[in-house]
Amino acid sequence: MNWPALNVDPRAWTEAGERLAAGDLLLLSLWGEPRVAHLALIDPSGKPRLLHFPCADNRFPSIGRLHAPAIRLERTMRDLAGLDAEGSPDTRPWLRHGAPYPFLAAEGESLHQIPVGPVHAGIIEPGHFRFTANGETVVRLEERLGYVHKGIDALMAGASIERAATLAGRVSGDSTVAYALAYARAVEDALGAQVPPRAVWLRALAGELERLANHFGDIGAVCNDAAFSIMHAGCGWLREQVLRAASACFGHRLMMDCVVPGGVRGDLSAQGAQQVASLIALIRQRFPELVDLYDNTASLKDRTVSTGILSTALARQYAAGGYVGRASGRDFDARRTPGYPPYDELRFEVPTVQAGDVNARVWIRIQEVEQSLALIAQIVARLPGGPIFAALPAAQGEGAALVEGFRGDIFAWVRIGADGRVERCHLRDPSWFQWPLLEAAIEGNIVADFPLCNKSFNCSYSGHDL
Amino acid sequence: MTSRLLLRNFFHAPLTEPAPPVDPAALAELAARVNAASRARLGRTLSIREVDAGSCNGCELEIHALGNVLYDLERFGLRFVASPRHADVLMVTGPVTKNMRQALERTYRATPDPKWVVAVGDCGRDGGCFAGSPACVGGVSAVLPVDLHIPGCPPTPVALLGGLLALLETVSG
Repeated sequence: MNWPALNVDPRAWTEAGERLAAGDLLLLSLWGEPRVAHLALIDPSGKPRLLHFPCADNRFPSIGRLHAPAIRLERTMRDLAGLDAEGSPDTRPWLRHGAPYPFLAAEGESLHQIPVGPVHAGIIEPGHFRFTANGETVVRLEERLGYVHKGIDALMAGASIERAATLAGRVSGDSTVAYALAYARAVEDALGAQVPPRAVWLRALAGELERLANHFGDIGAVCNDAAFSIMHAGCGWLREQVLRAASACFGHRLMMDCVVPGGVRGDLSAQGAQQVASLIALIRQRFPELVDLYDNTASLKDRTVSTGILSTALARQYAAGGYVGRASGRDFDARRTPGYPPYDELRFEVPTVQAGDVNARVWIRIQEVEQSLALIAQIVARLPGGPIFAALPAAQGEGAALVEGFRGDIFAWVRIGADGRVERCHLRDPSWFQWPLLEAAIEGNIVADFPLCNKSFNCSYSGHDL
Repeated sequence: MTSRLLLRNFFHAPLTEPAPPVDPAALAELAARVNAASRARLGRTLSIREVDAGSCNGCELEIHALGNVLYDLERFGLRFVASPRHADVLMVTGPVTKNMRQALERTYRATPDPKWVVAVGDCGRDGGCFAGSPACVGGVSAVLPVDLHIPGCPPTPVALLGGLLALLETVSG
């Protein structure tokens, strides 16, 4: 494994929690299996590391007690692995439903509650939002998630590498390429596998097409939530063009099951490369008009500017990935830090702004579309030849990877056993560190602005609920 | 620049694709389930309430695409509504997680008769790749009576349209 890993005692474990709280280290993930707790960290220079905490009694010192972003992960560890976080400030179950759920109290004069979900009004994933409002103003939002918990951790344990790849590609359908890539890179890390260069570059092409499709969908949907449907129509048309090009190049509109451990399935033909080039030209022609329309429509900007502000301090504390972090000044992108090929050979910028409002999250997406277009042009121009798949060596071990999906950094960890099957696999969606921030961003806004705020975050329910 | 975009949109012909052929397998599945009485009541329009019962969100993305300018579902008299109380059809995705079972049953009970259930995706059929999970019930038909399956992982917008048009043909006679 390329990531340093250590077995630690309670003192070193707690010290890591203190360094997280101080901001010396950033939390990548915290997960468990019976009798072991695991912690993945990255230091500000981009060096990742893993800590394993063996605990025969299934108890470990709480990290969430020191560093709040770990709390929901610890609640999940108890639900899924039976591990108890000693001293945790919140011991309610999280992904495991069944018992009545005590929401946090919000007390004061003239407050009323608005329960929303799990079945929402639109075509979106299920989750429950409990608003406490004073008139129109939200004073507290509490999320309750876990409705789409499919038991992916349990299905992964003991699965073949191929079967687990199918599952990894369905953790969050909108990020299927990024998840398949994170899982594949973790498996390749565990087995010491080499991936042919052409496959590495094709993976990046698929990843950038996925980013484009999702950003177009999001930019249009945010505007639609402000009832500005012409942006929605224009962006929806662009999204459809990307999906059709993806289908022509990779045989599937969302590119599911295209990235596999060892390489990719399905090569890009000369005709496919031509299609990608035409797509880039088409977007470069049409997208600037929509950006211009967004930027020059005062009634639309009136809804997005200064709405749902996320402070830079909270974005930093929660190590918020993707456009949520970058719109609040967090200059982090897993393609650059710790980085993975072929991005080390490609030129791209990581846009950041400080404003932290809905408008900032839209603008980061707009700028990332431009970066992805430039990346795709470089990839198609320099795509190396050769095979697209190499058989995996017979080996066992532990591997980890960090991959930048459209929503932010996806962490993957896997342990392959002596029988060549997956013993354990853990996949952490960027939404784990974005959902709690949505609760903070909505505070003091009016209820009617929640759809805008929510869409500008566009957190994954399925990726979070596993 | 903005005025150019608006002008072009104003004079441009519609971008909508021609309707796909009605799915014969779907017609056969539906034939036995729809009676003349409900046909008379509905006319040529159906309101659909979508329920995600544990999907990975892939199906939702493609169901969303039905509303874009190229597929434009509403030209057929099909539309998505915000409440089950306004719906004729429940369109259900996902392997039905245990955590969504109750919400799905309540949504069904809130939908007035006559009503149909369309299970979308390979998960909706039998749990798909999540079949056997202790956290899933496994397939929409384990919880609700299903009138039509639209398979695929996820089904393309064209496949979804083909299935829905078969439903429309059947219920409107």
